Amino acid sequence: MGRPVSSDGSVRIAFALQHPGFSMKLDLTVPGRGVTALFGRSGSGKTSCLRVVAGLQAAQQVHVQVGDEVWQDDAQGICLPTHRRPLGYVFQEASLFPHLSVRDNLEYGMRRVPAAERRVQLAQVVQWLGLSTLVDRRPEGLSGGERQRVAIGRALLASPRLLLMDEPLSALDLASRAAILPYLQRLHAELSIPVLYVSHAIDEVARLADHTVVLDAGRVVASGPTARVLNEAGDVLPLGEENGVLIEAAVGLHDEAYHLTRLDFAGGHLWVSRVDRPLGGAVRARVLARDVSVALSQAGDSSIANLLPARVLRMQEEGADRVLLSLETGGGTPLLARITRRSRDQLGLAPGMAVIAQVKSVALAA
Amino acid sequence: MTPADVSAITLTLKLAGLTTLLLLLIGTPIAWWLAHTPSRMKSVVGAVVALPLVLPPTVLGFYLLLLMGPRGAVGQATQALGIGLLPFTFAGLVVASVLYSMPFVVQPLRNAFEAIGPRPLEVAATLRAGPWDRFRTVVLPLARPGFITAAILGFAHTVGEFGVILMIGGNIPERTRVLSVAIYDHVEALEYAQAHWLAGGMVLFSFLVLLALHALNGKTRVL
Repeated sequence: MGRPVSSDGSVRIAFALQHPGFSMKLDLTVPGRGVTALFGRSGSGKTSCLRVVAGLQAAQQVHVQVGDEVWQDDAQGICLPTHRRPLGYVFQEASLFPHLSVRDNLEYGMRRVPAAERRVQLAQVVQWLGLSTLVDRRPEGLSGGERQRVAIGRALLASPRLLLMDEPLSALDLASRAAILPYLQRLHAELSIPVLYVSHAIDEVARLADHTVVLDAGRVVASGPTARVLNEAGDVLPLGEENGVLIEAAVGLHDEAYHLTRLDFAGGHLWVSRVDRPLGGAVRARVLARDVSVALSQAGDSSIANLLPARVLRMQEEGADRVLLSLETGGGTPLLARITRRSRDQLGLAPGMAVIAQVKSVALAA
Repeated sequence: MTPADVSAITLTLKLAGLTTLLLLLIGTPIAWWLAHTPSRMKSVVGAVVALPLVLPPTVLGFYLLLLMGPRGAVGQATQALGIGLLPFTFAGLVVASVLYSMPFVVQPLRNAFEAIGPRPLEVAATLRAGPWDRFRTVVLPLARPGFITAAILGFAHTVGEFGVILMIGGNIPERTRVLSVAIYDHVEALEYAQAHWLAGGMVLFSFLVLLALHALNGKTRVL
């Protein structure tokens, strides 16, 4: 028997998997609402995890439970076949049925759900995903991004209790990715079901995920609210050049004359290019470690506008020449800075020291 | 054409039509199994199904004759069931034709099933479609060119068979005397004009079959 799972709709996934050269074992509970990212490098077991949940892949000691519905429990001999699990699955490639029109693709799952159990209407999905000009076309005439939108709509129309998305953007070019992300963010706002979102792209995770689970070599290495996981688990994340922190901020001030916006957060503020949000609106900002440098005193003659007083928490050498500094601003907001080993020695940096963090660039995640 | 020729043509069409129908029914599950099983028996079964491709028809006919004869296992079974003996009957021809034309139906179907791959079926399963539903709404439409190829090849190959028929069916007018045997008879009797009518008709028929195959399947290769 598994752990008791409360009826708040949370999702429990536990299983073990043995392949030659790869083993996986996890026991995971994710919230029953919002987007949970499964994040990790390729080969870390993200996709296997989704396939086990969907019943598409066999594993050992499987327990899959969504809310109070047990989909699979090997200990009790329960195993629903895939088509009896109320889920939606968006694959890496859109995989539309080539012999059906876009409309028939969209309605494929919907028609198989009894009318009384349908919670999503075709018109709604068409509107959410901007499909109105596509429904009467054939799949082969659509672009990659359009196909993936149809595939997402098709999965939603099956009224899933859990939506599984396996790197839905990874097969798309940059422009299509940028075009589809706002749709995903909109879905996030509209849907009340949990979403498991597999990705190895940190920017997608930062934009979409409320919760993040980091997988490495088949094990969970971090799990929790996205900002906390990305910030605290910075050392274990396979990020490289993308290493940085996610700051939950609010629009504090617009400087119309210079076309700038001030983002306020616990422990300071950052000036960024004008953001088209009302005052007080929530904004996620990503600050990469490579865009942060440190000084010992406030230099008045720098072009860098974003200077944050901070304290050095830890220092970690990266390769032969570089050091990753973990900083904490006054309000407890973490920052990462990547500097050279020589700079560290010239400034005489040590844990506990007060520094001024100079933020050269900020990326808005949401 | 003589009335005997006309009856040979009708008999041939009846034989080929029934054989094709049975082959689609029997060949589909075999092809599906061959396309999907991880079993090590796969290559053995595959080889048995393909055997008629390389075997001289007379060899196949000879063993079928023994098997279905009064002392063969199949013959004893059919007798016990009250069906009687199959050799030199239309039913016997159908059984032999099904075996003889099997690879021409199973191979295109197997190729078609393999080409679909697992993904469309997984997608359909995540959209609530059960196994039969998936077969009907995904496999059948996607494998349509394979089914057309299989049906046409199975039909045409049955129309053209000769050696197996002679061994199993003999040459009984109205019952087992099919087109290819009729042509043989005309040539033996030096009735070249009649032979031309039938043989020329076969050439035209075969040509039209291949033409239809290309028209129906477009650019996809059929063999």
